[in-house]
Amino acid sequence: MAGPMRIRAASADGVTEVRVLMSHPMETGQRRDSSGEPIPAHYITELTAKHGDKTVLTAYMGPSVSTNPYLAFKFQGGAAGDTVQVSWVDNKGESRTDEVQIR
Amino acid sequence: MRKKLLATVVGTAAVLAASSMTSAQELNFDEYRQMLRDGNPAELFEMEGEELWVTARGPKNATLEQCDLGLGPGVVEGAAAQMPRYFADTDKVQDLESRLMTCMETLQGIDSKEIIDGRFRQGERGKVAAIVAYVTGQSHGHKINVDLSDPKVKDMYDLGEKAFFYRTGAMDFSCASCHSQDGLRIRATGLPNITTPEGAAEGWGSWPAYRVSNSQFWTMQHRLWDCFRQQRTAEPIFGSDVTIALSVYMAGKGNGGEAVWPGVKR
Repeated sequence: MAGPMRIRAASADGVTEVRVLMSHPMETGQRRDSSGEPIPAHYITELTAKHGDKTVLTAYMGPSVSTNPYLAFKFQGGAAGDTVQVSWVDNKGESRTDEVQIR
Repeated sequence: MRKKLLATVVGTAAVLAASSMTSAQELNFDEYRQMLRDGNPAELFEMEGEELWVTARGPKNATLEQCDLGLGPGVVEGAAAQMPRYFADTDKVQDLESRLMTCMETLQGIDSKEIIDGRFRQGERGKVAAIVAYVTGQSHGHKINVDLSDPKVKDMYDLGEKAFFYRTGAMDFSCASCHSQDGLRIRATGLPNITTPEGAAEGWGSWPAYRVSNSQFWTMQHRLWDCFRQQRTAEPIFGSDVTIALSVYMAGKGNGGEAVWPGVKR
């Protein structure tokens, strides 16, 4: 099971900057382990960020993204105390949702 | 003859150009590190470690919140910056990892043997690493401050200095072979000169660290173990005196420098 995301969100001048650090192996499926067996692909396919009920970002990700990915983005609006929620789904159907209050 | 000489001169110029390019690339890595500081994946290990610190675990089902890292039971902030240090209860100079083993054994009942005989990044030793991430993170920005006036610490410092210069293994290498001159590098990574306070602080103050190239979090015990492995000599026992002595030497030499824990490496 994947560990929690580290999410930070700060708003200034009507723009909120969100920084997300995800805990995920992001295996490409191209590598082999020490006994020569292929390591099955395991990577995040889709990420969604919501400000309250409104989706502010949808990202499609693939095996070229590094282990423990870091993502930063900005959206219009958002005030201190609002909730930002980030979710991802991976190719094995596992998912994770974490949220944070905007500073 | 003259032509040949000219060719040599040109060759030297090319080598000089290449070496200055390398240092420029290293500067670029500092820039890259600056970028990563914001999203250093070591933070994921810090979070895991913080959770482990307050989770009741082990045969005694206890947390580590009463663990004494030298500043009193439960005091984490700034504790790592003053380690290794002498602990009266164990009558030993301990680094952070060996001290955590003591706490896990006395408070939680987790057998240190499991950690000493374990493998890096796995099982209880892997958990120690996450706790190291958390504890060192609580000294981020602190000045390295190891008490060399303590005679037991000074003894370990002297032992560490000896170990640092001790040549051994198939290649007859010592730590000093790579870490006692300015401006050396291995592949494209700069090697700090640990015989100087600046170099020692750079080395001691930037581990534990997340290594981007292999997505792994390495503690100082892991780093030292790998130095021995690269020396092609006997690999040290986890938390053994030689690893603590070398740590005291590095930390003590680097006293006053800034700890940027946990670090991020290529």
